Amino acid sequence: MNLTRQEQEMLDGRQGKATQKAMELLVRYAEALGAERFVDTRNVAGVPGSANPFLQNYYKDKGADGLDAIFSHFDLDSDELIEVPPALVPTFHLQGGADPSAWQTIGVKVEVFRNYQEREAFAASHDVGILKTCTPYLAGNVPARGEHLAWMESSAVIYANSVLGARTNTEGRESTSAAMLTGKIPDWGLHQTEYRYGTHRIDVDVNVDSVMDWGMLGYYVGDVVQERIPVVVGKYSQSEIVRLKHFGAAASSSGGVEMYHIVGVTPEADSLEMAFGPKKPLETFRYGKDEQRRVYDRLNANGSDPDVDFVMLGCPHAAIDQLREAARLLDGKKVSANCALWIFTSRAVKSQAQQEGLLSRLASAGAVLLTDTCSAFAQALPPGTKVAALDSAKQVHYLPAILGIQAWFGTTSDCITAAITGRWTGERP
Amino acid sequence: MTVSTKIVLRGRKVCGGRAEGEALVTRQTIPGWGGVNPVQGVITETQHELRGVSFKDKILVFRGAKGSSGWSAMYHTARLAGTAPRALIFNEMTTKVALGAVVMRVPSITDLDQDPLDVIETGDWVTVDADRGIVEVVKRAP
Repeated sequence: MNLTRQEQEMLDGRQGKATQKAMELLVRYAEALGAERFVDTRNVAGVPGSANPFLQNYYKDKGADGLDAIFSHFDLDSDELIEVPPALVPTFHLQGGADPSAWQTIGVKVEVFRNYQEREAFAASHDVGILKTCTPYLAGNVPARGEHLAWMESSAVIYANSVLGARTNTEGRESTSAAMLTGKIPDWGLHQTEYRYGTHRIDVDVNVDSVMDWGMLGYYVGDVVQERIPVVVGKYSQSEIVRLKHFGAAASSSGGVEMYHIVGVTPEADSLEMAFGPKKPLETFRYGKDEQRRVYDRLNANGSDPDVDFVMLGCPHAAIDQLREAARLLDGKKVSANCALWIFTSRAVKSQAQQEGLLSRLASAGAVLLTDTCSAFAQALPPGTKVAALDSAKQVHYLPAILGIQAWFGTTSDCITAAITGRWTGERP
Repeated sequence: MTVSTKIVLRGRKVCGGRAEGEALVTRQTIPGWGGVNPVQGVITETQHELRGVSFKDKILVFRGAKGSSGWSAMYHTARLAGTAPRALIFNEMTTKVALGAVVMRVPSITDLDQDPLDVIETGDWVTVDADRGIVEVVKRAP
């Protein structure tokens, strides 16, 4: 490792114990990667100091239940308890915990909620921005092209790299918390131009239009390229934020894609030549009608009973346009008495929805708008849920596996219809 | 007289230390959050070939890490719960597996001179000397 003077001072403890422990962890991590240096970052998104009941009890049993204990021992992986200083560089808290205005709805016990509140206050008091969302880029943290980030959350990482042209690897809990105190992250992988070029070519030969279509394409791409960098070539009528959000979330779930190029759409792919740079595609795949149908069938493999008792939208967290669409589809209608409709979003977008009157339109139709988390992340379902309907390929990848329920996958409109009628009527494309 | 033959592989240290134990091998990538129960030390992903299998105290030999950015926190939790593997041997370096290995604090090696997935089978006895970058394999009795 080549350390700058400032980094060496941090490691030597001349900038305090906490900074030293953070730097020690970053050096161990950089050496594990084989990185030779750090890059400066002023944009960190993680979950600093958060705790689930297991961690809370674990450290309590060890007699280390002070406010700084979890950050010291878990976030920084330090055996020593340290006093945690405020964030050195701008840092944001991603999803976690429970909606402060509706925690009972998702079945959180009061003592667990109090613990979430305590952890949130800890983060806020250390100058961490409380976004509580998997979509920081829709809630006020929109990095610039070329900016170096240290972000967690696979769906946000892929969006930042691909759509915004910012630079981040998929960081973890410990590396983001260490970056928060140092402004450093290993200069490795996607921070470097030569590792951002495409590796595989995907020729799209079928209509890709709806959010569902983009989710299916993303799920296919992640499956065939795994953790490599796909270059997607095709014609699209719409490739805006919501569709790219669903595409990326799917590709980072079926595979480990952290960056993609869509020729003519994403900023590092004005042309095929620009997307591949000096590299040649290792393999080319064609995504046509047959491939699209196979993805649809795979995403619906856990659905058999057409009686739907739960519809969940907002994975990744809904953009304001998606709330407007849901409100429009629900206007003058009611969610079935046999079904629940939960829509997850960020606190920022919920606040906007409230001001636009969307919140009351959704509520009067019987939809519940929730923030901070989602069903898969919180492992939360309405009591008695057997069959869910989802418009997110990512959520349908995780939810049946985590909670052992049936799940249908379709368009947003299919899902809202299911919420109103209690029946799944989605059709194979 | 029988002679037990050792196969020796050489690679790059990811995390230092020395450990030995029984190999658990998968050609698939290993999931993190949403695909593993760290408190029980078991892979839970529905379509994974190691679904329901415990990695506790094994020498985990695998292709690489996949999925969520919660990978390191899951295996970090496994260390606290006492269910972590004793060592890692893997092929594909990513930030997930690097950070996971660091916070699991187990000897880990990558970039081996032979593909460990071809050489090592589940049940073989494996010694990992990460500081020297050496893996020794004693094949399980047939």
